[in-house]
Amino acid sequence: MPRGAVAFTPGESKRIAQELGTATLVVKAQIHAGGRGKGGGVQVVRGMNELESVAGKMLGSCLVTHQTGPEGRTVSRVLIEEGLDITKELYLSLLLDRSQECLVMIASSAGGIDIEKVAADSPELITRESIRLETGVSDVQVRQLSAALGFEESQFETAAQVMRAVYDTYTTNDATLVEINPLVVTGSGQVVALDAKITLDDNALFRHANLVELRDLGEEETLEIEASKHSLSYIRLNGDIGCMVNGAGLAMATMDIIKFAGGEPANFLDVGGGANAGQIHEAFKILISDENVTAVLINIFGGILRCDVLAKGVIAAVRDLEVRVPIVVRMEGTNVDQGRELLKDSGLNFSTASTMAEAADHVVALAATTET
Amino acid sequence: MSILIDQKTRLIVQGLTGREGTFHAMQSSAYGTVVVGGVTPGKGGKIHEGWPIFNTVRAAVTETGANTSLVFVPPAFAADAIIEAAEAGVPLIVCITEGIPILDMVRAMSVVDDQGTRLIGPNCPGLISPGQSKVGIIPGHICSKGSVGIISRSGTLTYEAIHQITSLGLGQSTCVGLGGDPLIGTSFVDALEMFQDDAETEAVVLIGEIGGTAEEEAAAYIRTEFDKPVVGFIAGQTAPPGRRMGHAGAIISEGKGTAVEKMDALSSCGVRVVTSPGLIGEAVIEMLAG
Repeated sequence: MPRGAVAFTPGESKRIAQELGTATLVVKAQIHAGGRGKGGGVQVVRGMNELESVAGKMLGSCLVTHQTGPEGRTVSRVLIEEGLDITKELYLSLLLDRSQECLVMIASSAGGIDIEKVAADSPELITRESIRLETGVSDVQVRQLSAALGFEESQFETAAQVMRAVYDTYTTNDATLVEINPLVVTGSGQVVALDAKITLDDNALFRHANLVELRDLGEEETLEIEASKHSLSYIRLNGDIGCMVNGAGLAMATMDIIKFAGGEPANFLDVGGGANAGQIHEAFKILISDENVTAVLINIFGGILRCDVLAKGVIAAVRDLEVRVPIVVRMEGTNVDQGRELLKDSGLNFSTASTMAEAADHVVALAATTET
Repeated sequence: MSILIDQKTRLIVQGLTGREGTFHAMQSSAYGTVVVGGVTPGKGGKIHEGWPIFNTVRAAVTETGANTSLVFVPPAFAADAIIEAAEAGVPLIVCITEGIPILDMVRAMSVVDDQGTRLIGPNCPGLISPGQSKVGIIPGHICSKGSVGIISRSGTLTYEAIHQITSLGLGQSTCVGLGGDPLIGTSFVDALEMFQDDAETEAVVLIGEIGGTAEEEAAAYIRTEFDKPVVGFIAGQTAPPGRRMGHAGAIISEGKGTAVEKMDALSSCGVRVVTSPGLIGEAVIEMLAG
């Protein structure tokens, strides 16, 4: 990491700069959004006068980047960092290797740019090492990866330290990706992680309360937050046909068939295998609070989720929420006869379909006629 | 014939005393599976719905001669349950649990590989050999005994395919839900190898989805090693990139793992790829006739 500290006033920034003692300094706006560089929130300065002037302008200003939205964010603090004399930009990451069933550390001497492009254009610049949890990053692996990064033998200890820090960060936080890009080497031979990205495993957040606190709900879709509170998997899309499906694969396939039938799905919604009536109710509430929805397709194949449970949940939700949009239901599987019976006896206006294609055609037609 | 499970299957259920564990143990038993007991730490010695409960898998195996374990344990403890069953020497473990942390599964896979255990799942509906045995949550009444093998990363799409094949007058040899997680014990290639050696299986339905490279690996295997007809379907043809579509493993990341790539890979290896799950059954009939 580069040396630096956070300042709330131009005076503080000057004091920090004096302690750092480097001729070149970097002023970084501290907001919860990316794209700061392009928005003018990261600036390189030389000397105290320029520093005070830049920090003074940045503090209290409203910074707009492609991630903040047009209203921008007010900058109340800036990070003052030592300027670095960069001689090399490298790439280092650790992620899951699905087919090898272990972790893989990836190193490249071509850092600072899109690594996927490097992998596609010049794969010889990418080195991979499988990392086992039993052994961590071994000395031999450090040596292999160091060579790929172009490190000297004298830099072995530093390389080992960086690689093991990446490994520790990954394993102690239940990450699915830790990526340093770029990892830079300075003129004096120092190795510095200039920028890093960490992706966490949602399934492991239950044992990382400290990381859950970092979640910035302001950055997420309101309906998706509401869905995640009820363990529902919901993703909002741009169409007008609301979908409620059990099973991720079937939910994806339902989106696909709606598109093929000429319609546009309003969402992806997987109520999961073991959903109860309460969750079905919440799912319905989320689904229809999207005001673009003009028709709903419920596509259920009962495994853990029994069709009678689903039918009861849907009937209760439609009554409570006074749903007016047309609903097409297609169900099969465990307790399907009880489920169909319940829908029929409810007195509510459900359309039923026996195949997916029929259901898709029907809901697309209904959505088209409901549109004003 | 069938693969993985048959009349010789003797099943224990880890988490039998839980609500879902109880419901599905009873369903499996009603289907004809020989369920010999359950494992719930702390409840050893009790009888639950007529089944003896043991504190450990090892005790359950010793007392009952179980050769298969079905895991219905909550996500925080499920990987440990898999490890326990593998170390107790259970040759086949089927894990239904969804939401297991990935690093827990990396650890579990290492034990499973060392022990030579066959793990199905996690985050899967289990498997069924119609007329013989059912281990998991696939509804038995939609199945019928026959010659089509089914392998799938998606639970409910598996049922979809089963239902169509049954409705068209055919049946299934064994249906295997492989699971929707990034790390799963049995891959398409593993299952295809078993179907290749199973005399009863005449055709295979392969249901994949976006994310990872398991379908591409299956395509390469089919090209060189597999000589039975295969019908393929990939879910997520219209999925937006970068969004995890319900399954932890279903994400188009950095432009890789798209449905189009997978469909092209399978088509180029002789697989009949359909664009809607509603077309799977008819395609199987055509492949068997042709």
